[in-house]
Amino acid sequence: MSLVNLHQVHKYYGDHHVLKGIDLDINAGEVISIIGKSGSGKSTLLRCINGLEEYQQGGITLDGNEVTTEDIQVRRLALSVGMIFQNFNLFPHMTVGENIMLAPTIVLKKSKAEAADIAKAMLEKVGLAEKFDSYPEKLSGGQQQRVAIARALAMSPKVLLCDEITSALDPELVGEVLKVLEQLAKEGMTLILVTHEMNFARDVGSRVVFMHKGKVWEQGDSKTLLSDPQTDELKQFIGAVL
Amino acid sequence: MIQFSNYDIISNLLYATQWTILLSIAAFIGGTSVALLLTAARLTRNNVVQKCVHFYVELFQGTPLLMQMFLCFFGLSMLGYEISAWGAAILSLTLFTSAFLVEIWRGCIDTLPKGQWEASRCLGLSFLQTLRHIILPQAIRVAVAPTVGFSVQVIKGTALASIIGFVELTKVGTMLNNATFEPFKVFALVALIYFVLCYPLSLYSKYLEKKFHVSR
Repeated sequence: MSLVNLHQVHKYYGDHHVLKGIDLDINAGEVISIIGKSGSGKSTLLRCINGLEEYQQGGITLDGNEVTTEDIQVRRLALSVGMIFQNFNLFPHMTVGENIMLAPTIVLKKSKAEAADIAKAMLEKVGLAEKFDSYPEKLSGGQQQRVAIARALAMSPKVLLCDEITSALDPELVGEVLKVLEQLAKEGMTLILVTHEMNFARDVGSRVVFMHKGKVWEQGDSKTLLSDPQTDELKQFIGAVL
Repeated sequence: MIQFSNYDIISNLLYATQWTILLSIAAFIGGTSVALLLTAARLTRNNVVQKCVHFYVELFQGTPLLMQMFLCFFGLSMLGYEISAWGAAILSLTLFTSAFLVEIWRGCIDTLPKGQWEASRCLGLSFLQTLRHIILPQAIRVAVAPTVGFSVQVIKGTALASIIGFVELTKVGTMLNNATFEPFKVFALVALIYFVLCYPLSLYSKYLEKKFHVSR
């Protein structure tokens, strides 16, 4: 059974029809890159998957459980879905270590010591072990984003949703974040990325989903799709970004 | 006729200042307590509750403090509740203070990026956990400076209590003026004392603002 399943998902902002019947099946271990012009509904789609946005029709299941925006449901979801944001959204009043330890201690009820061990292991993973006691503001954007990844990983999610996570970074800092993602992909983590990094999508991603006008316009194996797009819209899009 | 020396005037004014300070503190404590409750109520995201808080704020911000004091003092006694000038002054200043603090604090909470709420939600924190661990610690840092700054308004607001007969700095000032016929001297001293009370608070508020601004 697929890990994430979307069936005919429709989403409206008032009169604005943002998602027009999305069908998508994602298996464990896949690295999905969602691409498309801004306004095509990519981020909205991602935010529907973990209940941050409501959808009006259709259904989304995650690991067999239905996704809704009910508070309690979102919290249960949080146990299997991690989310990384464009603007990191670290908690500025806490150290890096505290940022990562927070959810394991108060949501998973782990002891401080246990949570600290997890935090250290996760920081090690993203290459920032020495930043445990630093405050986020002392870190570069790339480092902050890696901390955000570590924070999400500390909840041992089954899926990691990444919402344009390199878009707010200076170009020279993008690489370090992508490297962490690549490592995660190799370890078999399921990743769903909204991204503009075409090279990453082609080289690391397993599948590319091209969204256009609120629909999944075209999708397929990343290498094939990006080198041989079938629709004019995708051809145009690839031409514009490359 | 009794002669008032400068010493008499000053010592009487300083004595009355105690009551001004006491009234300010009482009003500030009352105001913050009520404002805390109202802020908590507002955060429940219950539409009806929010409307009530909004109405409360508009009501007490939109009418003169003096009228509120008159209503508390004369109005309540008309309704059969005996209330002292002291009680009426505290009650009306509490209402007034809380209405402004709720608005100030709302602003502080709203300045936090929406992403803080979303990140917390994505990590599985409940609404109350988010409030306690993420929102309040940050909002309080932002709120301290304007709250201290507003306490200056409370101190100056206590002067109105003189009109309903509560004996504090301004009231003693008018009494001394009636006895000495030296309005310039007496009221200059009264003003000076208010300034001495308020100025350090203003300075402290500015200091806090800078301090918290830098560390964020």
